[in-house]
Amino acid sequence: MSRESALVTADWAEKNLNTPGVVFVEVDEDTTAYDGGHIAGAIKIDWKADLQDPVRRDFVNKQQFEALLSSRGIGNDDKVILYGGNNNWFAAYAYWYFKLYGHENVRLLDGGRKKWELDARPLVKDVPQRTSTSYTAKEQDRSIRAFRDDVIAAIGNHNLVDVRSPDEYAGRLLAPAHLPQEQAQRAGHIPTAVSVPWSKAANEDGTFRSDGELADLYSFVDDSKPTIAYCRIGERSSHTWFVLVEILGKQGVQNYDGSWTEYGSLVGVPVALGDEPGEA
Amino acid sequence: MTAPSTAAGCAAPDQAAPLPLSVDLEKETVITGIVRAEGGDPVAGAYVRLLDRSGEFTAEVVTSPSGQFRFFAAPGTWTLRALSRFGNGDAQVTAERGVNQFSVTVSQ
Repeated sequence: MSRESALVTADWAEKNLNTPGVVFVEVDEDTTAYDGGHIAGAIKIDWKADLQDPVRRDFVNKQQFEALLSSRGIGNDDKVILYGGNNNWFAAYAYWYFKLYGHENVRLLDGGRKKWELDARPLVKDVPQRTSTSYTAKEQDRSIRAFRDDVIAAIGNHNLVDVRSPDEYAGRLLAPAHLPQEQAQRAGHIPTAVSVPWSKAANEDGTFRSDGELADLYSFVDDSKPTIAYCRIGERSSHTWFVLVEILGKQGVQNYDGSWTEYGSLVGVPVALGDEPGEA
Repeated sequence: MTAPSTAAGCAAPDQAAPLPLSVDLEKETVITGIVRAEGGDPVAGAYVRLLDRSGEFTAEVVTSPSGQFRFFAAPGTWTLRALSRFGNGDAQVTAERGVNQFSVTVSQ
């Protein structure tokens, strides 16, 4: 994998808005952004309503994912271009999610909504009508998804990367600072996890840093061992997963979507406080 | 007005919405204010980044139609950095528990 096979630029996107077989998809948690204006021809996917099971805490299953993509008019061979707000967090999550269900031809729009808006590129309110398809998903690829037992087994053994802000890592904040701080889970991080905030991988305009800068940033990762990335709910760590796997081409990297909202609520697991990784 | 999401997700809630009643101002350190252009007009749709005392990114929100932003942080020194089509701007701030009001001016 490489930057060329995983990302498209805003210039490329603007030239390919009407290219057959290319589907632009805006992914957000709060889809009012889409409703207020989106890239021409783009459809929307709601991070919560479309991608999370409405009852249990888990993803929609294979059949539900197939029904979702079929109804939105996405075919198995379509090139899906994902973008969104929050520095592409939820778009990166959707990218990982599409890969989880085996969609090969998917790209992230470098810089997402932010760069598009800062460049003053056009947004429209027209909602496209796409003909429904008959989408077939694969079984979930567990090699890119970590569960809590995988994480506990990785403590002191594998690479663990905590991509939240330094204050969340240390336990001084319980959530990103745009959210109220009263939360159910305990503060801190998984012992031995290294703090590399997702934001270090991105420029101010939301685009990814250069290959050289990214390689330096993650040079501490021991490539002979598997790696698990986590954050609070798994979307910022999707951004880091994307960098490690899709830009830097690392093998054996999983995203822990349960992340701190699960781990920080588990009974009996070790938690480290402060700015250091801590002992296993 | 959309309901701000908290535990479920990580996206920034509507910046113009009133503070949720569940927010305890005895415990929360709210950093809020308005992004303005050089002439004083509020800037809607600006990206406001909250940087910690080491300059590391902590959070980012998009300003409301009236230019408002809001963070839930901790007492201490922070930097507010705003990016917009009309230019960028910074403000160094010191926040205490409760509501702290600041403005950030952007220019080319």
